[in-house]
Amino acid sequence: MTAVPLRALRAREPGSRRLREVSGKVGWTVLAWVVAIAFFLPVLWMVLTAFKPESAAETWPPRFTFSPTLAEFRLVFSGWGPYVTHSVIATIGSTILVLLLGVPAAYALSVHPVGRWRDGLFFFISTKMLPIVAAIGPLYVIALKTHLLDSIWVLIILYTAMNLPLAIWMIRSFMLEVPSELLEAAELDGAGRIREITGVILPVISPGLVSTALICVIFAWNELFLALNLTVTNAATMPMYLISSVPQEGLYIAHLSAAATVASVPVIIVGWIAQRSLVRGLAMGAIK
Amino acid sequence: MRSSLFRLRTLGAAGCVAALAAVAACSSGGTSTGSSGSSSNSGTVTVAVVSNPLITSQMIPLTSSSFQKQYPGIQVKFATYTEGDLRAAIQKDVSTHSNTFNVIMIGPYEAPLFAKNGWLTDLSAQYIAKDPSYGAGDLLPSIAKALSYKGDLYAVPFYGESSMLFYRKDLFRQAGLTMPAHPTWAQVQNFAARLNQPGKTSGICLRGLAGWGDNMAALDTVVNTFGGQWFDMNWKPQLTSPAFENATSFYVNLVRKYGEPGASNDSFNQLLTLYGQGKCAMWYDATVAATSIATTYPSVYAQTGYAFAPVNLTKSSGWLWTWALGIPQGTSNSGAAWKFVSWATSKQYDQLVAAKYGWSAVPPGTRTSLYDTPQYQQAAKAFAPITIASIDSTDPNHPTVNPVPYVGIQYVDIPQFESLGLTVAQQIAGAIAGTESVSQALQAGQSAASQYTPAQLSGG
Repeated sequence: MTAVPLRALRAREPGSRRLREVSGKVGWTVLAWVVAIAFFLPVLWMVLTAFKPESAAETWPPRFTFSPTLAEFRLVFSGWGPYVTHSVIATIGSTILVLLLGVPAAYALSVHPVGRWRDGLFFFISTKMLPIVAAIGPLYVIALKTHLLDSIWVLIILYTAMNLPLAIWMIRSFMLEVPSELLEAAELDGAGRIREITGVILPVISPGLVSTALICVIFAWNELFLALNLTVTNAATMPMYLISSVPQEGLYIAHLSAAATVASVPVIIVGWIAQRSLVRGLAMGAIK
Repeated sequence: MRSSLFRLRTLGAAGCVAALAAVAACSSGGTSTGSSGSSSNSGTVTVAVVSNPLITSQMIPLTSSSFQKQYPGIQVKFATYTEGDLRAAIQKDVSTHSNTFNVIMIGPYEAPLFAKNGWLTDLSAQYIAKDPSYGAGDLLPSIAKALSYKGDLYAVPFYGESSMLFYRKDLFRQAGLTMPAHPTWAQVQNFAARLNQPGKTSGICLRGLAGWGDNMAALDTVVNTFGGQWFDMNWKPQLTSPAFENATSFYVNLVRKYGEPGASNDSFNQLLTLYGQGKCAMWYDATVAATSIATTYPSVYAQTGYAFAPVNLTKSSGWLWTWALGIPQGTSNSGAAWKFVSWATSKQYDQLVAAKYGWSAVPPGTRTSLYDTPQYQQAAKAFAPITIASIDSTDPNHPTVNPVPYVGIQYVDIPQFESLGLTVAQQIAGAIAGTESVSQALQAGQSAASQYTPAQLSGG
């Protein structure tokens, strides 16, 4: 073993550390870009394919040059009306209900915990552990007997139930972030429970609420299984329109790409608008 | 404290019940089942259809532009599904008597089974007998028979198909080959070997995707003409019999040696794309593909020749399928539903399609009169004669060499086949992909079929 003078080691350290730091940064940057491109390429390909004529949509090798056409978009816009309307109603309706129910539930499980709050919390999340396919038979019969089959209400109720456990957990984690001094000050000022929620807690956790709402919107907007099994025409949603674009005998890749592009736009717009709140909200929950 | 908490909970529960009741009351008017109007000229008709260009690009637009002008009191709503989703939705609807649908699109697999269970309206007795203008006598006999139960029609055909062989005349000419009108599978194998150019053109394109309506549809016709059968007359499974195994080995070897790469992922749509892009010298599939090639790939269509489904031991081997419209038993607005069904399957509908989309786009394979129409004969002269001759040559009661206890060419018309057919199809797809041998696949299929007793299979 060769003895290296300590002074010499110290002299070399800053340079090699900087090199390691720079190469580490470059490595992470390259990895981030590779992952981002890997995620983005299929989306780009979907958008490109939407502008192709059907006969040129699926070729090998893939074709990057083609005469773009809006024919498939025209076809989508001629038929998507009722589907998008139902999707908007079911998504907004269920998200509002989730927030209305989720905020008081999360409050009762965090700021002023009720008795056996831990059991309650795990009960909520345990409802997500049952595969939905196992419950679809009873759900169908209940919907049939209550005349809710093929009604927008069945989707609003089920999407609310589907998203509520996750929302309660998220909102609870945001509420735990609220400084206790703020709550004590509000109590000293004589604020009641309602005032405490509306005047103190909600303004502080509003970025968290936005991110919760956005996640509920995404899940409800993209949901297919319940819509497919419990609705027909009066409440059929956008994902049902997408799968109806896949014919049993005929070409469909360009049409499906156009429909999928159109179906993705609302979620992208909502996400873009809520981007800042989303990042703050998710970071808020993550700290806890 | 406890009593106030109890009161609070009781109040909450009562509130929830009241809310649910209110929601139920609000929504009951929203469903199609509750729509009013007992007259045959009014009411909402909800139609469950399969996603197919003949429906999405023709039937649905023509319904709003023509039918609803003719019957302004009838509102038609379409629920469009993929084939698998359609089957699941319809099965659920008719078996629970939900009556969400007033009209359902079914095939010859479902029509007799549903009729036997009392799930379908007897169209012959209820409507056709009282409506001579419908012209039921004009329906192609084999198609009408496939949709009948005890001699009565329980569904009427929207379009019908058999199977045939498509081939590239230019490639055959260059190779100095001649395709006979009635080829044997041995000849087809020989042609495939001569024309196969790996990386450029496959000798033959065949279905490999797992599904009883996908790879098994094509394979079953091969099994039948090789003398194989699913069950003997005592309902004993025959999947490991020499004839079944020979036919399956032939099909799997043909597609593995001269077929398209990755065939276990391919069915009609993928093969249409491959054939249209000039990557198949031959393609064995549904007769209706002729219309798709003509409309989507005109240059390949100009070089396409047609031959009957290849045979081995039988005289013919094409399959028989039709998408037909039926009315569930007990549905509301059944009079209006028949108005729609009779319109969509009428001779006048063919005229409407011809006027808007051209004669070659008319749904084929349902009415004799279409094939007697000079304009159709002219527009579809390349494939119309072989299509009708193929459909006419089918006999679902005698699909193979020996007598069988079941009905059906590319399926076995028993309720268990939906699951059994898929299980065997998955095994065959595995053999095509090379993950297991043909004998292993058939052994697994035999085991799956053996789980049912003869009494269960025969419905006795």
